[in-house]
Amino acid sequence: MTDRLFDGVPRRGLALLAVMLAVLLAAPWVANDYLLTILIIVLYSAYTGQAWNVMMGFAGQLSLGHAIYVGLGAYAAAALYVHFGIGPWLGLAAAVAIAVACGAVIGFLAFRFGVGGVYFAILTIAFAEFARIGFDHFQWVGASSGFFLPVANYTRNDLWTLRGNPTMFYYVMLALTVAAFALCHVLLNSRIGYYWRAIREDEIAARSVGINTFRYKMYAVVLSAGMTAVAGVFFAFYYNNLFPEQVFHISRSIELILGPIIGGIGTLFGPLVGALLLTGLSETMQQLLAALGLDAPGAKQVFYGLCLLVVVMALPGGVWPWLAGKLGLARRGP
Amino acid sequence: MAPEIYFNVAVSGLLTGLVYGLMAVGLSVIFGVVRVVNFAHGEMMTIAMYLAIMLFNGFGLDPLVMVVPLAAVLFALGYAMQAGIINPFITRPEYSQFILLVATAIIIVNVLLIVFGPDARNVQTSYAFDSFLIGPLIIDATKAYVGAATVVITAALFAFFRFAPLGKAIRACADNYTGALVVGLNVKRLYALTFGIGAACVGAAGSMLVLLVDVTPALGPALTLVAFIIVITGGLGSMPGAVLGGVLIGFTEAMAGLFFTPSAKSMFSFGLLVLVLLFRPQGILGKRLT
Repeated sequence: MTDRLFDGVPRRGLALLAVMLAVLLAAPWVANDYLLTILIIVLYSAYTGQAWNVMMGFAGQLSLGHAIYVGLGAYAAAALYVHFGIGPWLGLAAAVAIAVACGAVIGFLAFRFGVGGVYFAILTIAFAEFARIGFDHFQWVGASSGFFLPVANYTRNDLWTLRGNPTMFYYVMLALTVAAFALCHVLLNSRIGYYWRAIREDEIAARSVGINTFRYKMYAVVLSAGMTAVAGVFFAFYYNNLFPEQVFHISRSIELILGPIIGGIGTLFGPLVGALLLTGLSETMQQLLAALGLDAPGAKQVFYGLCLLVVVMALPGGVWPWLAGKLGLARRGP
Repeated sequence: MAPEIYFNVAVSGLLTGLVYGLMAVGLSVIFGVVRVVNFAHGEMMTIAMYLAIMLFNGFGLDPLVMVVPLAAVLFALGYAMQAGIINPFITRPEYSQFILLVATAIIIVNVLLIVFGPDARNVQTSYAFDSFLIGPLIIDATKAYVGAATVVITAALFAFFRFAPLGKAIRACADNYTGALVVGLNVKRLYALTFGIGAACVGAAGSMLVLLVDVTPALGPALTLVAFIIVITGGLGSMPGAVLGGVLIGFTEAMAGLFFTPSAKSMFSFGLLVLVLLFRPQGILGKRLT
């Protein structure tokens, strides 16, 4: 297992990873509350980006509706907690199960009927929008007026019920991000990872050499859905309020996938680098605009859009492959 | 409820659906030829809608009169977009094109938000409350005018692609990219023209839609989704399919609004989309997928 974990990673890469992890572990001692909140957002987008990357970056199935898995996970765990007093860790199991089932249904329907490419992407949007409008009318979880978890000023951190201060949430999110990173690394270097990449590059060729493409595409969708639902549970217990218009909205799905695409699709560091860049950019923009006294709503998003345009035009493969080349961290071999 | 109400709502839905259809024809033409999914389609439509409102409020120009000029303005915008930023992306993977157009869409929505603010706007024409009585049917005059104009424009577009040499050249690019290059067609220019034509559809449709619905910057993404649903239901790349899909969606939403709550009406469109994708992925009038 540990052999696999460090398989093929250049020594410089290992050193960089160790430094990064040390910095992230030490961050709560130096960072103020504001910075800590930002770091939680960075880790959250890195984690969800990594989960999306399993489906798109590894197996080549473009999902534009990942908000559905975040939303289902968030609502499942929150509903169990509020209505039945079931804690988040048990709720997590339910959340993952529901999201996996939903992913399996979408994947099964699409792949059985040969729906792929743009059509598959739009099918995922359709399901997410369907869920958004459905939850808007779902009275048991508050419908469009929102669903709230009880909030109090917690003096001590309770990991078991996930009630506590931002530092606890930071470490939970860090653990999730590291776990997802390690999982993806192992998967990518195992048989399933090679099958996925074969399917991504040329599905017909993959099938002709005997890969059961239906099964492996299903694995990718189900795994990605389950991982994303975990982020949903975190979202529910961290923010304590859920609105269908926010959680399931298509702009959430888009935000989720911008990180890995900007960072470098199909790479392990892509989602991490992308999350750091995008969140950093967005926050800097906010501060800058506030300092300049320009508080027009939308100004931030315009700059955001312009930066996206520049990145996608200048670095089509994403930032990480380019950066890795500069730092001498590019993988050896083909 | 009196039975007439069903017919009234059905006719009203069909007429609105024609405008949706024209918008979707634009998306379908772009995808059919350039093979790029225009994720900024609805956002471009809101640009046309705001221009129509400005022209009405500033100069008293009726949106129905401004259909052709606004189509021309949007044609120029579409041409510039394709020639300037999209042409280098036509050989790139889908997700890369997706980011490019989503970034464009984000910029459009937020520039509109900065310029016009978040409030809903509309136009008040002198004939807004007129209606025609045909037997037991009551047809809203605005919708009747808009429906008639849409039919004329759509017919002109079909004729262009069927008979005009330029339209034939564009269809040649769609049918066989390499073949079009071999016979000496300037494919990049034709792509720009195609995107321009797709945008012109949106300009015309947007100019008319201001007569039917209020516009906010947030309407853009919603319209993009409606356009997707329509073209996929009708068949991506098929022009008659887009018109049929538009009418079908207009009808479905009107009926769902009548029988259930209006806020849930788009759920029925999405349901229709899912059904179509599952049982006829190429769309009702689409060609078989390869």
